[in-house]
Amino acid sequence: MAAPRAYLRLVSPVWNAGFGGARGLSGMVAPEGTQKKKRTLGQYLADHFSDVQALREYLTQRQMSKVHQKNWIPTNVKNQYGPYVAGAFFILKLGGSVKFQGQEWIGPNGYSQFRQGFLKFQTVPIEAVDASGCALNYNGLDNLLPLKELQTLSLQRCPHVDDWCLSHLYPLAHSLRELSLAGCPRVSERGLACLHHFQNLRRLDISSLPAVSNPSLTQILVEEMLPSCEVLGVDWTHGMKLAPEEPPQDTARPVPA
Amino acid sequence: MPLRALRFGLCQGLLARWFGTRRGASTLDWHGKISEMKKKIQSILPGGTWDQLNDTGHLPPEQADVVIVGGGVLGLSVAYWLKRLEKQRGAIRVLVVERDHTYSQASTGLSVGGIRQQFSLPENIQLSLFSVNFLRNINEYLAVVDDPPLDLQFNPSGYLLLSSEKGAAVMESNVKVQREEGAKICLMSPEQLRYKFPWINTEGVALASYGMENEGWFDPWCLLQGLRRKVQAMGVLFCHGEVTRFVSSSDHMETAGGEKLTLKRIHEVHVKMDHSLEYQPVECAVVINAAGAWSGQVAELAGIGTGPPGTLQGIKLPVEPRKRYVYIWHCPQGPGLETPFVTDTSGAYFRREGLGNNYLGGRSPSEEEEPDSGNLDVDHDFFQEKVWPPLAQRVPAFETLKVRRAWAGYYDYNTFDQNGVVGPHPLVVNMYFATGFSGHGLQQAPAVGRAVAELVLQGRFQTIDLSSFLFNRFYWGEKVQESNVI
Ligand SMILES: Cc1cc2nc3c(=O)[nH]c(=O)nc-3n(C[C@H](O)[C@H](O)[C@H](O)COP(=O)(O)OP(=O)(O)OC[C@H]3O[C@@H](n4cnc5c(N)ncnc54)[C@H](O)[C@@H]3O)c2cc1C
Repeated sequence: MAAPRAYLRLVSPVWNAGFGGARGLSGMVAPEGTQKKKRTLGQYLADHFSDVQALREYLTQRQMSKVHQKNWIPTNVKNQYGPYVAGAFFILKLGGSVKFQGQEWIGPNGYSQFRQGFLKFQTVPIEAVDASGCALNYNGLDNLLPLKELQTLSLQRCPHVDDWCLSHLYPLAHSLRELSLAGCPRVSERGLACLHHFQNLRRLDISSLPAVSNPSLTQILVEEMLPSCEVLGVDWTHGMKLAPEEPPQDTARPVPA
Repeated sequence: MPLRALRFGLCQGLLARWFGTRRGASTLDWHGKISEMKKKIQSILPGGTWDQLNDTGHLPPEQADVVIVGGGVLGLSVAYWLKRLEKQRGAIRVLVVERDHTYSQASTGLSVGGIRQQFSLPENIQLSLFSVNFLRNINEYLAVVDDPPLDLQFNPSGYLLLSSEKGAAVMESNVKVQREEGAKICLMSPEQLRYKFPWINTEGVALASYGMENEGWFDPWCLLQGLRRKVQAMGVLFCHGEVTRFVSSSDHMETAGGEKLTLKRIHEVHVKMDHSLEYQPVECAVVINAAGAWSGQVAELAGIGTGPPGTLQGIKLPVEPRKRYVYIWHCPQGPGLETPFVTDTSGAYFRREGLGNNYLGGRSPSEEEEPDSGNLDVDHDFFQEKVWPPLAQRVPAFETLKVRRAWAGYYDYNTFDQNGVVGPHPLVVNMYFATGFSGHGLQQAPAVGRAVAELVLQGRFQTIDLSSFLFNRFYWGEKVQESNVI
């Protein structure tokens, strides 16, 4: 279909002096030989390209759905054993760590142990979650929102945590004391603006945020917005040793129980 | 002898011109051949003129299943959902006709990019909730292999609606509906308001409603370009031209009550090419009227509203352009990073724009103050007289400010009830509307596109029931009033 139209344009300056000339000219154009060749070549490319395209589209889609799968909501567990156990299961499975009130940190290595003894945690609130480097996204955050006693949350270097996620966190506004967003590649000043709900925040780490367009100004504005919170940002970047080449599962994470 | 030579030469010249590439090499015009070849090679190389010759963008196809009039955010969204919901890849041929590729007057680019769920009608709340979900996952919906992800620049700062004593009860009942639909809206007393946003003067404010999530503003261009890029990758055809005429056939019928009706079906859309007198007829099965502020005119081209008054044929599509001004000002002492999209009891609104103490705002004029919509000139006195005083009263810091920039754009204003018009016309049976959203069309476009595509492909609404937005309401005089039009 494409070929004759191209030729149509080729000749139209000559023939289109009158009205409606754009029509019906496709029959009387250009040498047949070239036209034929071009059409088949075009078709060949189109056919094959669309196949390759479709395959690649499928692969991209699959990659995205993998992230979605990881961010499941263990509804059954939640209904049966409550939000704390469900939240802990979710975070541990994702490769993060949790800390129940009055307990040691439980890391991803402690998952099987936790499975055996989780019943005793049913009524113990979770006070800290470390999801550094995890594939946590907007949907997965739903598992944390019912943790009303959550005081410390680390989302350092989470590749899928973005501004939408920050706006989703407001149910934790009353309890949260410490929040780290350091190194989150998709967090910008637009998301940081909604942290003003978190008036109880005492410590906020917003260092190494590549999507923030103006880090120093942003830090000042965040400090103005949260007057009683210590904001770690630009000045601290070097001291923080948040090298991007660090593997996501670094050893700095709390020792598994 | 010389005559023959001349004739022969002439002939040869003509032939060479016609079939230049076919003729064998002739020593006589060897140089000509060489340069011709050079030209040809050049043109085939990337970046050469060949690409241009191949570009048929200025010509629409002779046939398409669906012709969409208007390539703004609504038209593109319909195109997207038609391709997305089609049964089989490439099953339907969709053509988008847009007369202005720079979108210089299109509402989409001139809007302020807000999205909220604080409406009074459940339909509008649902549309906005669907759309915000779309926007959140925009890089999944609109992913194009090899193209960089879109940066929507969404500011999740929420809307803050202020209400006077008089409007408080309505606000309360609206918020109830919003919550029932799943929106995250909270009510605030003046005292809570003062605590949360100390820069607000709460005088005259009885109640406020504030969106905790899924509300804010984004870059409308990004959505427009993202949709464009995606639908192009999905095989939607684009054409730069103006729809000037519809060719339709009529069927005369009589209703049970004895009223004579003429049912029309559009067969051909005439597309006038830019800067030319030519038009190209495009055969089609369905026409989507997504011409924004100009959709009333497009409807008239199809004979809608041209019948005698009082009949269904005589009812116009009540959508017309209404000019709205947007001003950007600088105010060093203005409210900070937490500033939401604030709409005052007076109807004036503002939001933060970036980080540099810049703010953006405006106000819808009253019916009597409606400016002439013939051009997009800005009335700066309107800011001085109508926008600034209420805002300075509400936010005392705004008493000193400096207007930096201003522009005007057209609302696709539905004069009947300020709500969208969706679905087919009862008489011009294959013209579908996606228009009339009067200042909230951008944020609802993702959902409206889907609703219209569902109607075209499946014959009924499936995701969100928009039956109350059908054209028929103009005939029956049933307004679906939205109380929160900003
Ligand atoms: C100042 C302002 C602020 C706004 N703020 C918001 C907001 O905060 N949130 C929100 O949701 N909405 C907002 N809106 C409304 C929103 O911009 C519109 O509802 C929406 O963009 C409508 O999209 P559209 O595709 O229908 O129209 P448009 O973007 O105007 O597209 C229609 C297109 O049709 C083309 N066209 C017209 N006639 C023909 C023809 N005969 N042939 C070919 N092409 C034709 C035009 O060239 C145009 O490009 C605002 C609007 C304005 C003016």
